Amino acid sequence: MSASKLRQKKSAPAFESWGRYPRLPATLVPLYWMEEFPPADRPVASMLPVGMGRSYGDVCLLENGTLLHTTTLDRFIGFDPKTGLLRCEAGVTLAEILKFAVPLGWFLPVTPGTKFVTVGGAIANDIHGKNHHVAGTFGRHVPRFELVRSDGMRLECSPIQNSDWYAATIGGMGLTGLITWAEVQLRPIVSRKIVYHGTKFVGVDAFLELSQGAKNAEYSVAWIDCVAQGKNFARGIFMRGDHSPEPSILKPSRDPRLTLPVDLPSVLLNKYTVEAFNALYYRKQLGREKRALVDYEPFFYPLDSILHWNRLYGKDGLLQFQCVLPFEDGQQGILRILKAITSSGLASFLAVIKVFGDVPSPGMMSFPAPGITLALDFPVRRDVSFDLLERLAYITVEHHGKMYPAKDACMTALQFQSFYPQWREFAHYVDPAFSSSFWQRVSGVGAINLAAATSTAGLGNALV
Amino acid sequence: MYKPYKRPTGILVLGATSSIAMAFSRLLARPDTHFFLVARNPRKLNSVASDLLTRGAASVVVHAMDLDETPLHPAMLSEAAASLGNIDLALIAHGVLGIQEEAQAHYEAASAILTTNFLSPVSLVTWLANYFEGTRQGTLAVISSVAGDRGRKSNYLYGASKGGLNIFLNGVRNRIDRAGVQVLTIRPGFVATPMTAHLPQGPLFATPTAVAHGILRAMQTRRDIAYVPGFWAAIMFVIRAIPEAIFKNLDL
Repeated sequence: MSASKLRQKKSAPAFESWGRYPRLPATLVPLYWMEEFPPADRPVASMLPVGMGRSYGDVCLLENGTLLHTTTLDRFIGFDPKTGLLRCEAGVTLAEILKFAVPLGWFLPVTPGTKFVTVGGAIANDIHGKNHHVAGTFGRHVPRFELVRSDGMRLECSPIQNSDWYAATIGGMGLTGLITWAEVQLRPIVSRKIVYHGTKFVGVDAFLELSQGAKNAEYSVAWIDCVAQGKNFARGIFMRGDHSPEPSILKPSRDPRLTLPVDLPSVLLNKYTVEAFNALYYRKQLGREKRALVDYEPFFYPLDSILHWNRLYGKDGLLQFQCVLPFEDGQQGILRILKAITSSGLASFLAVIKVFGDVPSPGMMSFPAPGITLALDFPVRRDVSFDLLERLAYITVEHHGKMYPAKDACMTALQFQSFYPQWREFAHYVDPAFSSSFWQRVSGVGAINLAAATSTAGLGNALV
Repeated sequence: MYKPYKRPTGILVLGATSSIAMAFSRLLARPDTHFFLVARNPRKLNSVASDLLTRGAASVVVHAMDLDETPLHPAMLSEAAASLGNIDLALIAHGVLGIQEEAQAHYEAASAILTTNFLSPVSLVTWLANYFEGTRQGTLAVISSVAGDRGRKSNYLYGASKGGLNIFLNGVRNRIDRAGVQVLTIRPGFVATPMTAHLPQGPLFATPTAVAHGILRAMQTRRDIAYVPGFWAAIMFVIRAIPEAIFKNLDL
């Protein structure tokens, strides 16, 4: 056993996010009761709340710090069956809410592509879903929550009460303090079913046209093939859906049974296998149009039925990239990104494209903005993946877009600070005892004057 | 005497704020279930009560007390029986791990572990066994531990309290099973709860929810003794089979 391996064994256990990159040592402390924070007996120097750890990269990691594990704060506090207002502790997962609320005729106001996230995490990352164009972000549907600071101050936050803390905490990446409980405004449903309509398209123009035509659909998103070239370049399937208006039995769903028990060798996921998968996925829908009545589970959470699907990428993990580009020449930016991917030789397995609407988020640091958003993932392959991500970040900068911290492991401080110029104001709200590896990375060079930096090599490289 | 499983609707939970008890109570929260919850901390009790009510329980009554105070047990239990109308299920879930080093150095520390884990359940079961024998129905479920199967140097006071509890429950079962009462000894292994939060969590650790499902299955199948998760039955079979002459020299 080499000396470095021995050292690793002795240090604190390492934690990884859903992307499995990076792996960082930390101490995990479960929180069992809301009243037990902040801990009275042992002051903690540096901490970060973490729920299900389903964000990617290092936004939910803290090297050599204390991770406050919140999934044990999982109690419901109250529910009004007439208005659909749910109050629960912050560690309750969206899956638990669905299990509870669907049989009563209520549904999440906004949901991401997995239901295995906590309410606290959904607020901290101000998550978005397929209905962003009509419903905005998750934070818009959280009328009230409690924030507890490391000095013991308890703040009840709403758009009128402690509104500055409310704005800083929604999308605040868990840095403003611990969210102990929250209210979530659910939306009514009469059926588990989604009226689904899939349309094949080729090209970003065609995608935008379909998005334009689907403005009245509650949910819309598209899968895009990042591998196909030539006449198939940027082909995909545009998916729209609405809750079925036909009443039917609202039985609860079952927990997933399939799990990917082992890491697959990462060579399995290469350009050719992804090409084959994409070709198959594209052909799965035979005609140009497909209409069907589907259950909400596969519509919203196609991957949740396989626990630990991230093991598909092997133990090296995956890198996620999600950007939003404003509509002005955003289309050109998307094309440049797609071309950068094909020329890199890397393949993205689960590429998703969607149009964000203009419903504003109450969060100061919220990611979604009007424009086109593209989410991609790549296996971690030494220099290749990092080089590509760097290129994609530059294209995002040039098209005045921004990247999503919850899906990032690579953004530089300069990039982050140009994407989120409000970060300086936000920094005042960061709890002095709270931090994350992401935050240390992107706020580290806070002293650098951005205007001056633009002329240095740092952003000069962006002109590729 | 065999009686088919009937879903309990009048439920008494002693040590209701323990992780296993909370997870188990949730599984039973339905529009026809009534709970009587007992634990020390009134704020935590209220959190558990709102959770069960939100999840659909018909009613929840909370009673804050320290279950070490055995003289107060009969009054509390009478109140529970009156409040629930009929107790169908009593779950005894409170307990402490204690600190072995202190317990082997001072009798007071050893005695405190025995009081919470053994004497307090004995007092509760004495009343409850008579109650169930009188109503000729019900389930008396008690959370013991795999640690009660054999004494080990790392936690033998905890182990002794649970081992004593196991033998006590054998006897109670022998007495009231014929009245149609299920006496269920639950022997969990490592469970991720505040009791074990200081230990490094290995692959043998189960979640309180998994343990709760195990308890419910054991009730439904009218088991007497249930190791949860089930693989602990095999592990403890091996542990018990090791001759003492060898066992005494092992570091387990």
